[in-house]
Amino acid sequence: MSAADAAILDWSIPDLARLVRAGDVSAEEVARLSLARIEQQNGRLGAFLTVQAEQTIDAARELDERRARGERLGPLAGVPIGIKDALCLEGAPATAGSKILTRAARAGEADLNPARGWHPPYDATVVARLRAAGALFPGKCNMDEFAMGSSTENSAFGPAKNPWDPTRTPGGSSGGSAVAVASGMTPGSLGSDTGGSIRQPAAFTGTVGIKPTYGRVSRYGLIAFASSLDQVGPFAADVRGAARILGVIAGRDPHDATSLDAPVTDYEEACGRDVAGLRIGIPEEYFAAGIDRAVEASVRAAVRGLEGQGCTVRPVSLPHTSAAVATYYVLATAECSSNLARFDGVRFGLRVDPKKDLRALYEATRGAGFGREVKRRIMLGTYVLSAGYYEAYYLRAQRVRTLIRRDFDEAFREVDVIATPVSPVVAFRLGEKIEDPLAMYLADIDTLPASLAGLPALSVPCAPVVASGSTTPLPVGLQLIGPALEEARLCALAHAWEQISPARGLRPRLDA
Amino acid sequence: MKPEDTSPITIEEVRRIAGLAHLALSPEETERMTRELRSILAYVRQLEAIDVTGIPPTAHVQLERMPQRPDEVHESLPHDLALAEAPRVAQDGFAVPAFVDEG
Repeated sequence: MSAADAAILDWSIPDLARLVRAGDVSAEEVARLSLARIEQQNGRLGAFLTVQAEQTIDAARELDERRARGERLGPLAGVPIGIKDALCLEGAPATAGSKILTRAARAGEADLNPARGWHPPYDATVVARLRAAGALFPGKCNMDEFAMGSSTENSAFGPAKNPWDPTRTPGGSSGGSAVAVASGMTPGSLGSDTGGSIRQPAAFTGTVGIKPTYGRVSRYGLIAFASSLDQVGPFAADVRGAARILGVIAGRDPHDATSLDAPVTDYEEACGRDVAGLRIGIPEEYFAAGIDRAVEASVRAAVRGLEGQGCTVRPVSLPHTSAAVATYYVLATAECSSNLARFDGVRFGLRVDPKKDLRALYEATRGAGFGREVKRRIMLGTYVLSAGYYEAYYLRAQRVRTLIRRDFDEAFREVDVIATPVSPVVAFRLGEKIEDPLAMYLADIDTLPASLAGLPALSVPCAPVVASGSTTPLPVGLQLIGPALEEARLCALAHAWEQISPARGLRPRLDA
Repeated sequence: MKPEDTSPITIEEVRRIAGLAHLALSPEETERMTRELRSILAYVRQLEAIDVTGIPPTAHVQLERMPQRPDEVHESLPHDLALAEAPRVAQDGFAVPAFVDEG
């Protein structure tokens, strides 16, 4: 493909959809460019676990035919969207990054092959909505096993790598979705965020990622990790693109009892809205010991930039911030130990049968099928829920969760949006934290509180920084947190910053 | 029992929890798991320092906004589709090893 053609993939999602709808570019051409870039880059970056080339071309041709017949195409016409492998996409395998959702290999086959993954019998609601809007699905994106991790190194099929520096992680757990967008393989993608799994990889890869309000987006067809925290959300290269995807996937779904029937606002229309007068709160707890000073400087500069747009900035206090990691790792593991009980070798995926009894079948299948981090979290979750420890750990953590929510309630009496770093550090090196689970958990400190409070939050790139031990500038994310259902306000503010951000238009250099 | 009254998690407890969780762990995994759970639980115990007297627990953040739906029967997954991905099927159902109730 020529450089000019390939640049189509770097267009913003609204521009791309507009040109496909107008017939200036064919959906098939866009699909082929996306598949070609995946082919060229995926071996190096590990963004996709499986690629559905034929189906993508077929779906694109069908769009072009419909347009030729005079049909009006949807708001994502011809836009390739990467789908996190925890989401059900009919016709494609879903593994959630786990060996336990693959069938046992036949003789002569490689043991681990995501193409032998479980085939879901239906589309997730978010996928069905994207499909109806004209989106194309070139493949399923790599992730930490069952979304447990912050680096994509816990994928059973090998890590995804950061396109800004492939010796570093792209973050996680939606690392593959972030890399797909950062490297222009797909202009948009879907991830899921339980404790930061969209925002942190967005920050590490210089993309925009939105975790919606809990209940804003349907979880039907998302393989569950922690049901009181999980939310699906978009990645895109810019705020408008992410806003367009969010507008398509948001809204009440009768298949998910926790989805809210509040009206869906026009997030894209909010981009470009005047932000003067918005009150931004800065919680000093997020700038405490442990933060990389270069990250802090970049985030504070972004806040000053917004001040220059007429926003007012004042300190706020979120005193229970430091308890978020402990609270989260009790509640999320408790929920995961319950959710992952369904993987037992009977209904889907891997089955290891020692030919003894039912218990032996369960234990052998789960022992062989789950990776190290997933076992650790199932064990921790089972422990905190077990007799004698339930009150001391689980119930106490639920009470602290209330305190964390109240901190935000108090702060939002004074301000409209809270601005913080997304992560105290830039993308760390592959292998740097993987042997020390607690160190990996502590790196989630800035994203966990909004998750526990169920609030919408996004990551938008601010000035890249050169971290110690590196020569390459690496992306930094500004996190904006809003009151429940105020995604449009976050989009307006993020868009205002994006127009003046030094990160605007920066892309990693892709080696051929 | 309060956590401060307990000694760090023992290898026997880890074996018991693995049984509850239906997880086969190798002896090496069990030892490593014991070490790692000790360090994580030691960290988690900072929650003891927080006064939660009279604070209600949060199980779910949006309960007050959650709509109810009518209790109606809808179509569910067709039988053959539900069985399509089962590793073993017998007599038109999921196959499991024979078991006796020891309860």
